[in-house]
Amino acid sequence: MIPGEFTYHRPSSVAEAVAILASHGDEARPLSGGHSLIPMMKLRMAAPEHLVDLGGIADLKGIAEDGDTITVGAMTTQHELIGSDLLGARLPIIRETSLLIADPQIRYLGTLGGNVANGDPGNDMPALMQCLNAAYVLTGPDGAREVAAREFYEAAYFTALAPDEILTAVKIPVPPTGHGYAYEKLKRKVGDYATAAAAVVLTLSGGSVSTCSVALTNVADTPLYAEEAGSILTGSTLDADTVKRAVAAAEAITDPASDGRGPAEYRIKMAGIMLERALARAADRARG
Amino acid sequence: MSDIEQIPVSLTVNGKKVQRFVEPRTLLIHFLREELDLTGPHIGCETSHCGACTVDMNGMSVKSCTVFAVQANGAELTTIEGMANPDGTLSALQEGFRQMHGLQCGFCTPGMITRAHTLLKENPNPTEDEIRMGISGNLCRCTGYQNIVKAIQYAAAKLNGTDIQEAAE
Repeated sequence: MIPGEFTYHRPSSVAEAVAILASHGDEARPLSGGHSLIPMMKLRMAAPEHLVDLGGIADLKGIAEDGDTITVGAMTTQHELIGSDLLGARLPIIRETSLLIADPQIRYLGTLGGNVANGDPGNDMPALMQCLNAAYVLTGPDGAREVAAREFYEAAYFTALAPDEILTAVKIPVPPTGHGYAYEKLKRKVGDYATAAAAVVLTLSGGSVSTCSVALTNVADTPLYAEEAGSILTGSTLDADTVKRAVAAAEAITDPASDGRGPAEYRIKMAGIMLERALARAADRARG
Repeated sequence: MSDIEQIPVSLTVNGKKVQRFVEPRTLLIHFLREELDLTGPHIGCETSHCGACTVDMNGMSVKSCTVFAVQANGAELTTIEGMANPDGTLSALQEGFRQMHGLQCGFCTPGMITRAHTLLKENPNPTEDEIRMGISGNLCRCTGYQNIVKAIQYAAAKLNGTDIQEAAE
């Protein structure tokens, strides 16, 4: 289990990193926490000839609030997300989700940027970022552009990120104070990818739902923003009938594989159950 | 022969400065075991699941099978070989593992103790649940974890100067 040979680069700025990627095209890969890429390299399923370690770029770290947006640098680790008082106060669903990812050792190194940029449908942060309507900052030779998380994922491991671009930051709109949230993940053991998982962020006003956003993890070859489910729930009192219709709408857009986590039919139903549980918990939190 | 350039790395391992040239693809676990003869960190699953290769890198527990040695350039590492007290006596954790029978075959123990060391630094007084979640990246196939949890509780109590209540099972 030894990776193939590669040339190692450790740039100290984003511009330098982008230049290295641009000069090597498909033969180069950026390395962030390494806990998706290095296992793939050990299996020789990935064999980049040039590895561009982003670990030396100070600009890619950190969490900052600016008005109603929180910007998280791509190299911010899961451990740092969990420990952030700012996120704990303003976006606590991130901490809840990070704690369900992998195990402590991996969370010390695994990054938000790597988790969302890799395009692995098993990763948890992509659906959460869709739920929160986050935008990814992609920096290439011609400068930076922003792509919404809801528009970023094309297929498993295929995203809007070009080979000469680096995902440098994630911009997250802060939900209103008092919002309800929950990330529900069914998994077989610590460290497993989701059999199915659901993210919910909602606001209540006088007992009925003012806004509701829903996204699903690992039940298709991309994360799924369940727009219709959110629309059905908006304006409702979360009565059993409406929840049932929203769950049916969410299940309808799933297309999971049958695998070690269970047959497709089971995983579709589990996506529905995770959504039901997430809705109940989010509503409880919104009611205070 | 490879035409890939060897990279100089210098780091501090268990308090000693070391400097070597490595192939970029050298994994940290191989660097520790084969270059530095530190065979305490074990190669278990090689897939970042089992935690037997856990070492402390700059205050973080990491699985050294999933880190390149070049990524550790400039880092301070502690392995199980660096866990004993400076005078050579057992640390509170090592003593806890002995007193509470926190090991049977011992294969997971270097990773368990190294992980628990960092856990207790971050959280000197963990609940049982926090200990169990804290070592959830380390697999043990012998003990059923009961006595490992008690060993870590023993160490926490000893370091905090409180009474040690539990007995080994």
